[in-house]
Amino acid sequence: MPQPIELHVNGRTRTVTTEPDRPLLEVLREDLAVQGVKYGCGEGQCRACTVLLDGRPTPSCLTPVSRAAGKTIVSIEGLAEGEELHPVQQAFLEADAMQCGYCVPGMILTAKALLERTPDPSDEQIVAGMNGNLCRCCGYRNIVKAVRLAAEGKKRAEARHAELV
Amino acid sequence: MPSSFEFQEDLFEPERRELLEGPPYRFELDRREWAALVGAGLWITAAGKTAYGQSGAAPELAAGIRLHLGQDGTITVLTGKVDVGQGSRGQIRQAAAEELRVSPEAVRVRLADTDVTPNDGSTAGSRTTPSTVPVVRRAAARAREMLLGAAAQAWGTEPSRLTVRDGAVTEPGGERRMSYADLARSPGAADVRDEGAPRQPPLTPVEQWRTLGRPEGKADGRAIVTGRHEYPSDIRRPGMLYGAVLRAPSYGARLLSVDLAPAKALGAAAVHDGELAGCAAETSYQARKALAAMAATARWEESPQPSSDELTEHLRRTAQREGSGRSGPRREERGSLEQGFAAAEKTVSASYSIPYIQHAPMEPRAAVAEWADGKLTVWTGTQRPFGVREQLMEAFRLPAGKARVIVPDTGGGFGGKHTGEAAIEAARLAKAVGKPVSLRWTRQEELAWAYFRPAGVWDVRAGLAGGKIVAWDFACFNAGTAGMESPYAAPHARTQYFPCDSPLREGSYRGIAATGNNFARETFVDELAEAAGADPLAFRLDNLSDERLRNVLTAAAEAFGWERRRTGRGVGAGIAGGVEKGSYVAACVELAVEGEAIRIRRLVAAFECGAIQNPLNLRAQVEGALIQGLGGALLEEVRFAGGRLLNARLADYPVPRFADAPPMEVVLLDRPDLPSAGAGETPIIAVAPAIANAYQAATGVRARALPVRAKASS
Repeated sequence: MPQPIELHVNGRTRTVTTEPDRPLLEVLREDLAVQGVKYGCGEGQCRACTVLLDGRPTPSCLTPVSRAAGKTIVSIEGLAEGEELHPVQQAFLEADAMQCGYCVPGMILTAKALLERTPDPSDEQIVAGMNGNLCRCCGYRNIVKAVRLAAEGKKRAEARHAELV
Repeated sequence: MPSSFEFQEDLFEPERRELLEGPPYRFELDRREWAALVGAGLWITAAGKTAYGQSGAAPELAAGIRLHLGQDGTITVLTGKVDVGQGSRGQIRQAAAEELRVSPEAVRVRLADTDVTPNDGSTAGSRTTPSTVPVVRRAAARAREMLLGAAAQAWGTEPSRLTVRDGAVTEPGGERRMSYADLARSPGAADVRDEGAPRQPPLTPVEQWRTLGRPEGKADGRAIVTGRHEYPSDIRRPGMLYGAVLRAPSYGARLLSVDLAPAKALGAAAVHDGELAGCAAETSYQARKALAAMAATARWEESPQPSSDELTEHLRRTAQREGSGRSGPRREERGSLEQGFAAAEKTVSASYSIPYIQHAPMEPRAAVAEWADGKLTVWTGTQRPFGVREQLMEAFRLPAGKARVIVPDTGGGFGGKHTGEAAIEAARLAKAVGKPVSLRWTRQEELAWAYFRPAGVWDVRAGLAGGKIVAWDFACFNAGTAGMESPYAAPHARTQYFPCDSPLREGSYRGIAATGNNFARETFVDELAEAAGADPLAFRLDNLSDERLRNVLTAAAEAFGWERRRTGRGVGAGIAGGVEKGSYVAACVELAVEGEAIRIRRLVAAFECGAIQNPLNLRAQVEGALIQGLGGALLEEVRFAGGRLLNARLADYPVPRFADAPPMEVVLLDRPDLPSAGAGETPIIAVAPAIANAYQAATGVRARALPVRAKASS
């Protein structure tokens, strides 16, 4: 039976009344028009549906909406600050790491979490960290480049910050 | 099973598919109607026949606007092509910007809307580059010439003394300036028929390119990285419901009866009309529940179906050896095979096979359908917008003008989205419920019910004398004719194609049959080199006269270090090349066999498609095709039995991931002296044979079937 569920999506609190076992993916897309999160397989194999649930990359297609209640949910729409892109978004743009682009929201969120865990990853760590995400255009090389670029940008920004302090 | 949709034309070579007849009528544009759609200003219409270069596409003059110059300064290029990730939007923009002398950002591109854009046929066959880009450039060059002419007339000078820069002409030594917006606002501005023009406007020669030839990033990159980019599955309409369609338990099964009441009891609207049964509800969750309730009552009549284990035998057994016409067998012969084999010192023969594989684009088929005042509008991801409109008109018996197909940029195609299943299903559901319906196929539906890359079997035989191929006998079963013709010189040759009964519904793919035909040919050529006691590269070069193919082979071999390649202890290197659709590719692979695992240690490819228009996108296309090709070579295989797909889940149908992408080097050979050919497909064709050849070098065992699997015993 439908029940009210409180969701914290991209900094806003939204209450939906819905079946608790509905996939978070569908509630985000259909009820809240958060459509940057994509359906790809419904089996957690492609990660186009990735959101950050309390900071952890999570396949929203396999996550019942009730399990997201009270947690922070970040989708691709929640990364940029106004017109200013998140550094990982900027890096994907600079590396032209997209063909059809359908996998990109999930890629960017996975990469963001990876870089928070491992700020200066080797290529092997990037591959291991991103391997759950599929790109059928097979633009993997540019995506690895983008993640590396984002890591370097972050390092540079931190170095600048250290100099200032 | 017989296919219910018409798409087989894409299996065949262009000349089989070419529609030679022009339209029986040509109608004038209705200015008011078009002004409402594209805005006031100046329109340039292009001659229909030059734009498509694709089969099944009747040129439609009523939708012939190619370029629109708005009075507000906007510049819009219109084409019926779609962007499924290959970058047609950016390419069209870049090409128009070149001729207009503006920055690419100043050009808007309107793609694939059957009510608005010209019918440029399918987005397939690598035709956008050779067919659509030149037409767009001509229309843009016409606009530039008009601007020059208008300015020259206004200022009492010769057009040849003026140049367009940044979208405007400036008076030499003067103050006056005239832009495209000024031209569009001028009283004489009206629609201009490109075809009626006295002469073709000059296109900018390659050596003068300022915009083409430069790396340009994705046209909608910012929308993509922010998640704002709208795909077919993202379209929302007021009052829209979500649909679900009942699928058969097996291929060929007939629906005898189904009770809609259980679905209706759950609050869904349900419909059963002929072969289609489905429902629509407020959410896809509710639609799924309602569908499951319906499905439990469905009665089916199933029929025996072949299994993938007996596929090779089934194709051979059902081969159609007699007949003629579009769907019949094909045979081409030169010289005398008998004479050729009689002169041979050695004769080699072998058979090859490939399975069905799926395109598995990231975005499964999706459509939103809406009926208003008897007119149907469908937003869907398809590579044949005008073909799908025809399908809709036929399915719903609609007259022309009562069906419109709009294709938002789509999440992948790879030749797999030529048909309109989702569009028709969504439209039927929408008609039943009287509201717009969004139908998104599940991954499982996409894997099981979308059409497949055809499976194939080959019998190849050749005769050698003095290190040369003197006789060549190549027979392909089922896969298709693309890429059948051998680039190797042989005085006596026979090439045959036999259509077969296909157990699965099949259709186009990236490179279509050239994937299989090149696998068979290039693997066999390695067997010939072995029989001749020659190096695989040297043997190829000795038997090839096509300079461009020789160049890519040499370039790939050099970058790879073919002369210094490693062999032995489970490590081997292989080479293969090919030409398809006017572009050339060669690949070198080094792999290691470790138990049952095959690890690609290095992949080097050289690619040449004439003058390079956008090196950034070209590299992405080549790299993507190479890695996608690794999937078909090593991982992908559709398995089925009793009419049921045995691996219709991504977990069971592995495709290449990050970890599967090997260290790679791509050499792009630029040929500014040659016209640009398409590049989205050809790079895929050399990967599988290069891997098969490397596998042989590593293990001494020939891999004659795809995917290549390591035998633990070898």
